[in-house]
Amino acid sequence: MSEIPTIEINKETIIKPENLVYKPPKTLFDTPMHYCPGCGHSTVHKIFMEVVEEMGIENDIIGVAPVGCSVFAYYYMNVDMQEAAHGRACAVATGIKRVLPDKFVFTYQGDGDFAAIGTAESIHAANRGENFLVIFINNAVYGMTSGQMAPTTLYDMVSTTTPYGRDPKIHGHPFKITDLIAQLPGAVYVTRQSVHTTANVRKAKKALRKALEIQKLNLGFQLVEIVSNCPSNWRMTPLESLKFIEEQMLPFYPLGDLKVPEGI
Amino acid sequence: MGEIRLMKGNEALAEAMIRAGCDAYFGYPITPQSEVIEYLSREAPKKSKMVVLQAESELGAINMIYGAAGCGKRVMTTSSSPGISLMQEGLSYIASAQLPCLVANINRGGPGLGTIQPSQSDYMQAVKGGGHGDYHLIVLAPYSVQEMVDFVKIGFELAEKYRNPVMILADGAIGQMMEKVELFDFIERNQEAPEWATVGRRPGKDRVFITSLFIQPEKMEEVNKILQAKYREVEKKEVRYQQLNIEDAEYLLTGYGLGARICMKAMEIGREKGYKIGLIRPITLYPFPYNVYNELAPKIKGILDVEMNAGQMLEDVKLAVDGKTTVKFYGRMGGMIPTPEEIIESFENHFIYGGKNV
Ligand SMILES: Cc1ncc(C[n+]2csc(CCOP(=O)(O)OP(=O)(O)O)c2C)c(N)n1
Repeated sequence: MSEIPTIEINKETIIKPENLVYKPPKTLFDTPMHYCPGCGHSTVHKIFMEVVEEMGIENDIIGVAPVGCSVFAYYYMNVDMQEAAHGRACAVATGIKRVLPDKFVFTYQGDGDFAAIGTAESIHAANRGENFLVIFINNAVYGMTSGQMAPTTLYDMVSTTTPYGRDPKIHGHPFKITDLIAQLPGAVYVTRQSVHTTANVRKAKKALRKALEIQKLNLGFQLVEIVSNCPSNWRMTPLESLKFIEEQMLPFYPLGDLKVPEGI
Repeated sequence: MGEIRLMKGNEALAEAMIRAGCDAYFGYPITPQSEVIEYLSREAPKKSKMVVLQAESELGAINMIYGAAGCGKRVMTTSSSPGISLMQEGLSYIASAQLPCLVANINRGGPGLGTIQPSQSDYMQAVKGGGHGDYHLIVLAPYSVQEMVDFVKIGFELAEKYRNPVMILADGAIGQMMEKVELFDFIERNQEAPEWATVGRRPGKDRVFITSLFIQPEKMEEVNKILQAKYREVEKKEVRYQQLNIEDAEYLLTGYGLGARICMKAMEIGREKGYKIGLIRPITLYPFPYNVYNELAPKIKGILDVEMNAGQMLEDVKLAVDGKTTVKFYGRMGGMIPTPEEIIESFENHFIYGGKNV
């Protein structure tokens, strides 16, 4: 039997410039994220910050973090940010954009933040046609407070406050706020994306880019919903949670554009 | 001399906002202060670049204030009692994030939906915190339309100096009544954003973020200490009050805002009757002029505190005199305004007839 050659593999040999095919954007801080393994939040942070870097707008953008699992988004996104009260991100963003109309403004919100406690702020910002972007993470559960029902929790889905499954007679129906907002004339770009496969990650990134291009044209409210997962509170492995998105979430929350400005 | 006009309190407040170079106003209509947003919607576009936006609610308004204040802008909102209650969460966040802003509460009678008539029933809410956590607003209490104007300017200056929300606590009567006012001239302001403001990353500098979340208790305690140190400084430097006829006073009337104004008339009536009455009017309700009462108290036979509520500032007056003199109370509630005669009657009952007829 011939000898197997030993190859020295360390950080330096891997990160040789000629081997470098990918690196994180500079707009993301090089720090471990607090998100659970397999959670979609980190993916969305990354692709959005890539978009910001690619557009070269990192000095011209102000973000609003919500209350929810992404409350610390400002520790990861290396741009100016404000942390809003639970549900009030769209009001805070309105305040920012109205006094700094030449800057890009975005909010990053979970389903509880955007579609339960903040519904009035969300819908009215959209209806006024506030020219900012909402990145709306729909994981069908309250992640941060460990797994209670969200407005977007599916029929029959188990959460800590729907332990026998969501029953519309008791808990009401899953709320398609994105479809509702698409009806409003002030909302000009409304799309539903996901990050559960590589192909979908790419599409979601394109959608985020498109939204900011639309913001640059000053056309109105942009909403990018991203159907995501919560392996910890869904009590699933990351892989099972991606399967759940495919098999359970997407039939109810179908992906694609709901509204795109004419000529874009 | 500035421009002299005859103006309604709420409109004078709004005009002062424009003249003070306020960058943005976010508000939601509620009686008795809806003239503010109406006046601004009409006049601000003619005279300034001020953003004037009718929000979907007071929750929306106060959080728009948070966002715009975080961009280093001069911002203001106004409301009345039920709307101010809705703003308490936002004010707590603004105080914690140390953002400057000005809020006017044109107090109406409560509790609940209450009445649209003037009241002073929000003293505790304004002065002791109102929302959650250990924080203070700086609270200014105008007693005339002129002070509605003056306190807008002073209010912005205090808010920006201490990076703290400031409240003008008036009432429906001050908001609605018309008086002669002298307006200050339009103020040119330095438009450069302070370094803590989120205006987009400055090249060569670290980005900035604004938050009220400090998850480690050690850090949260540090932030609390910073806030408390700021409040101690405010208490040392920013106490404002007015005193009248103190030199020979044997008794004091005290009250704030409209209550104090009525007391001034009551004091006159009392003096005509031969009672040596003086008056203390706190102008800043926070910081409260504790020392002023405390130093006078040993020479004073009694203080009658008059408020348009059930006796809220009364607690501070009692704390201030620290048992060195007697403090009695006369108040009307639910939107009722005391007359000077009622006040003197109460004064006589307490201090002249020994409380027998009280
Ligand atoms: C006024 C207020 N009510 C309730 C809470 C508690 N709380 C924090 S996060 C959260 C739900 C967040 O869920 P979601 O918006 O779906 O985001 P996720 O954590 O799933 O990303 C709740 C109820 C709070 N912080 N403030």
